[in-house]
Amino acid sequence: MPVRDPDVQVTAAGDGERVVHLSGAWDIRAIESRVQALQSALRDAGPVNAAHWDLSQIQRFDHIGAMLVWRAWDRCRPMRLELRREHEIFFGACEGAAGTGTLAHPAPDPLAPVVAMGRGVLAAAGHALEILQLFGQLLLDAAAIIPRPHLRPWREFSASIYTIGAQALGITALVGFLIGVVLSYLSAEQLRLVGADVYIVNILGVGIIRELGPVVCSILVAGRSGSAITAQLGVMRVTEELDALSVMGISKTLRLILPKVAAIAVVLPLLVLWTCAVALIGGALSAKFQLGMSYLQFFSSLPAAVPEFNLWLGVSKGVVFGVLIALTACHFGLRILPNTESLAAGTTRSVVTSITAVILADAILAVIFSDVGWT
Amino acid sequence: MSDAVVEVKGLWTVFGDLVVHRDLDLSIRRGEVLSLVGGSGSGKSVLLRQMLGLERPYRGSVQVFDVPIHNCDVRLFKRIRKRWGVLFQHGALYSALSVFDNIALPLRELHAFDADFIRDIVMLQLQAVGIDKVHASTMPADLSGGMVKRVALARALVLEPELVFLDEPTAGLDPDRSEGFVKLIRELHDRLSFTVIMATHDLDTLVSVSDRIAVLADQKVVVCGSLKEVVEFDHPFIRNFFLGERGERALSAAPALQGA
Repeated sequence: MPVRDPDVQVTAAGDGERVVHLSGAWDIRAIESRVQALQSALRDAGPVNAAHWDLSQIQRFDHIGAMLVWRAWDRCRPMRLELRREHEIFFGACEGAAGTGTLAHPAPDPLAPVVAMGRGVLAAAGHALEILQLFGQLLLDAAAIIPRPHLRPWREFSASIYTIGAQALGITALVGFLIGVVLSYLSAEQLRLVGADVYIVNILGVGIIRELGPVVCSILVAGRSGSAITAQLGVMRVTEELDALSVMGISKTLRLILPKVAAIAVVLPLLVLWTCAVALIGGALSAKFQLGMSYLQFFSSLPAAVPEFNLWLGVSKGVVFGVLIALTACHFGLRILPNTESLAAGTTRSVVTSITAVILADAILAVIFSDVGWT
Repeated sequence: MSDAVVEVKGLWTVFGDLVVHRDLDLSIRRGEVLSLVGGSGSGKSVLLRQMLGLERPYRGSVQVFDVPIHNCDVRLFKRIRKRWGVLFQHGALYSALSVFDNIALPLRELHAFDADFIRDIVMLQLQAVGIDKVHASTMPADLSGGMVKRVALARALVLEPELVFLDEPTAGLDPDRSEGFVKLIRELHDRLSFTVIMATHDLDTLVSVSDRIAVLADQKVVVCGSLKEVVEFDHPFIRNFFLGERGERALSAAPALQGA
């Protein structure tokens, strides 16, 4: 017999009683496209117990079909019901699930925003404390390997130098160059108005070496390597590699984190120098076209315009920002739980936090050194 | 409609220079529980993935519900995918979703049912696999291994599939849990009469659930039949797998072989 579409027919029996006939296929694939129609047809069949229900003509049945009928019955069997024996189990399952139809939803708390804010502040304080602890642990590790050269993780250190430093040369150069060109172009337009063309060297020199170079470079590294470090540690948590290290008695701070923090601390100042140099070249190029200033004039007046202190400040910022980025990235990486959601959230939080930390630290340093380094 | 739910014909799988399957044939009948066994590297998982359309065979065809799935209309294949359920080895629950949402997802994707209806169906499925409703809002990361499998089974069954793939259903479960899970599969199979294709290493599971067993060795199915037929077939892998000390123990519990 061919399988027919699900159908609801109401007829009157001899004694005036209404009979509801359900026939055809009442399985998910037949029902899927006509849920609404079937629901209203069942509803139109009238009060459940006022009719005789004949389900014996149903050709295919499953839990979905049974649930559709069961809900139309207000979750209890009608008094007069005709049903195939093999379909009995589906209603049995519906009955078994009865009373489980509600999910517990906690009542909304009017103080929820305050509680959430408090939690946020406590969490931030907790993170800061843990990052400090991690830093302390690294110092202890560093002290521990001074007398024991065989423990020094040189291999990991040099690998990190390559991935964090060497591989970032291209992108930092590109961004630095463009920033130099744009900054020089904008400043030249203004300086020409007041005839102070020569001060382009001061603006670019101090601006790039003291502020833009370190900050731009750090933000790039935070986005590029900070996220990579967090994700790497997170995946190592997911695959239980971190636990494997622990049970072998290998310190994860010594093997994984110290080399990364040390590598960033070494490499970021160098990247800052590199970015500044390329940005100044871009600036000089733009100054040549805008103001007709020769390269020789630009670079020979640079030492006089920018006191040496600025260079040391820029490089030191590289060290500080680098350590901040690496510590934040490692901290969030170690806290990732073995699931994808946590991995995504942890990586996002790591990058956002490290960039914010870099800019905050930069502001603090700007205030501290506000009186130093000017001509 | 033919009797075979899945029909593998002349299938070759080649990775570089390594031939995993050479001209392999296999057919799975409607309503049966077929187990795939074979040593590590014999290509059980690859075969399963090819039946699911996740991997393309080097040569040969795989027909599911009489449709060559590697060579058919995308929309037709999409419809076929709604007719099967898969239990992955590690459950493959979406870790970003709660237990409830994991099971509700396939239903929601149909865009046919309202939220109330979906909730009732999910609760019914949870009940069917023996998960208490208090765990409905739990995240997969907080579930034990046995519960992950049960929830994954509920998710695989929620669209009332005609064909269910089980990849190592009892791997990683303790013997007690594993026995319970096998019993659950058997019960659901008896009740809902779907077809089951199962890849497994576990002799106890194999003996207690399978209607037929297909043995993968020497790059093909060396024998496919009832437990009795398989055990009586002479092949080094079967001797090792079934007739060692470990095998004797499991087989002694098999009703089909007693008095044979």
